[in-house]
Amino acid sequence: MSELTELTPQNPVEQFLRMDRIPHIWCPGCGIGTSVNSFAHALIDAKIDTRNVAIVSGIGCTGRVAGYVKQDSFHTTHGRAIPFATGLKLANPKLNVVVYSGDGDLFAIGGNHLIHAARRNVDIKVVCINNLIYAMTGGQTAPTTPNDVITSTNPYGTFDAAFNLPYLVEAAGAVYVARWTVFHVKQLARAMQEMFAKRGFSFIEVLSPCPTLYQRRNKMGDGLDTMKFYKEVSKIRNGASTKDVALTKSGEITVGKFVDRERSDYRELMHDRLLDSLGDDYVETEACSCQ
Amino acid sequence: MAKGSVQIVVERCKACGFCVEFCPTHVLALSSAFNAKGYHTPYMVHPEKCSGCDLCGMYCPDFAIFGYKQPAPPKENAAVAAPPPAAEIKEDQDAR
Repeated sequence: MSELTELTPQNPVEQFLRMDRIPHIWCPGCGIGTSVNSFAHALIDAKIDTRNVAIVSGIGCTGRVAGYVKQDSFHTTHGRAIPFATGLKLANPKLNVVVYSGDGDLFAIGGNHLIHAARRNVDIKVVCINNLIYAMTGGQTAPTTPNDVITSTNPYGTFDAAFNLPYLVEAAGAVYVARWTVFHVKQLARAMQEMFAKRGFSFIEVLSPCPTLYQRRNKMGDGLDTMKFYKEVSKIRNGASTKDVALTKSGEITVGKFVDRERSDYRELMHDRLLDSLGDDYVETEACSCQ
Repeated sequence: MAKGSVQIVVERCKACGFCVEFCPTHVLALSSAFNAKGYHTPYMVHPEKCSGCDLCGMYCPDFAIFGYKQPAPPKENAAVAAPPPAAEIKEDQDAR
């Protein structure tokens, strides 16, 4: 055993974390940390140069990921993670830009930015941690909250329709759309790895428990109960029509890779058009360097 | 001899129980002892069953636990450690 103590194995995830900031502020049973594990494993397995990976987060519980991950990272204003990421990608095309943010940030205040980035097919990778509620501000109804859920702003239950995120993002033009839960750690890591290989607007929805606000108010147990619930009700249907994957409070959760297609991305289109119009006067973006 | 082991950073643990629940070989259990924040942290109740698959590490939201494979044993133990693949396949299926 003395040999073992000499070797002192390291947690493979720690190399991607700012360990001086750990322990983090996420509640016991929250799934965001689990998704960060999958992300770190995806970074290891994708074998890409991690110096060229930039993480952009907005505001919210998930927005704190940018502060905990030891990459180039931006913690941006509320809802504006995607505009920051778009600028970052266009200014420095060799970067792998990952937007890691929550459903409130990406689909409520930042909804407009998201659909337009998907329409233009900007080459950014979006990981949306969906806990079905505005968690950091006290559990108000979000655009993703399913029907009949009790929240602090709907104490008698929600009654308005929720967004079906994969359907919305596919319709807006994303080239890669998948949904997993934090229970599916290995599949999530694999999906993130595929996302790194993809060119264009890629989107992964990750369902995560919010035991403090969502599950507690709705008597759905704690984080572990939610993980067991995910295990029980999720069905893997790769290639399922995104129209049919809407979430309900306690119904089936369809997970898998829904969309994987090819489209010219924004930079390609811009490059072709400008080269057409300007000819020799056009200066490649790659030729500019900040080093 | 166990094929793997886990390391636990007790003070980082928030006792969510993910590692205990999803360990494919049921190595872990929550102990009755507390850490400084008052959480019952996990410990290895069946260390001999550990395959070192690091699924506990992938589930842990607090980066407080991880599994690792034991270094290859010397020759005389090689026969004992010979049948490893079965457990690994099982844990992959569990993860799905």
